[in-house]
Amino acid sequence: MGSQPGPSRGPGGPRREGGGGGGGARRQYARRRKVCRFCAERMDYIDYKDARLLGQFIPERGKILPMRTSGVCAPHQRRLMRAIKRARNIALLPFASDV
Amino acid sequence: MRTYEVMFILKPDLPEEEAERIITQMEAVVTSTGGLLRKTDRMGRRRLAYFVRRYREGQYVLLEAECEAATVLELERRMRVAEPVIKFQSVRIDEELKRASKLQQARSKSSARRKSKRGAERGAASAASPA
Repeated sequence: MGSQPGPSRGPGGPRREGGGGGGGARRQYARRRKVCRFCAERMDYIDYKDARLLGQFIPERGKILPMRTSGVCAPHQRRLMRAIKRARNIALLPFASDV
Repeated sequence: MRTYEVMFILKPDLPEEEAERIITQMEAVVTSTGGLLRKTDRMGRRRLAYFVRRYREGQYVLLEAECEAATVLELERRMRVAEPVIKFQSVRIDEELKRASKLQQARSKSSARRKSKRGAERGAASAASPA
């Protein structure tokens, strides 16, 4: 009971600093947001014939890269998906690559 | 009238004059049924992403035409029958092109404003950095 005066105690100091100043110092954003490539380049039409462009969105296995990885926005991901599927149909891109 | 892109793949070992004949035949189908041929593009030999009728390569040909649906049906029927054609795909593109041009127009309208704004920002930044 006699040792109650907090301010002089060791743990009290840092805690007050952390707790008192924490409201302002707390990080608000954990991760930087990725920007959609197609929005940045102002691409309105994703061409299925452009195999080199589409190839950047299919990893080795041949699957479509999820937008949470690539950062592509929803409208562009939809167009991209359609373009990739068309390209697959005409053998420009693989349905599934080996290995 | 709608705009279509018809892509087909010819056998890689097909002689040049044979390929030419098939292409002119397809073009004739478009024009004879009242369609307007926009362009014919021979994309050349390419490696296929997977085996198609035991071929690993093919000659890609692209037709772009404004025509009716019946024309595309006739084209597809012929390609199915034609022996040197190993794969084909027709895609309707007018709606997507319309949408793209619309977006582009809207963008060019606002780009002038945005440009002047960005220029002002850049000027302020370069003025601040030397200090």
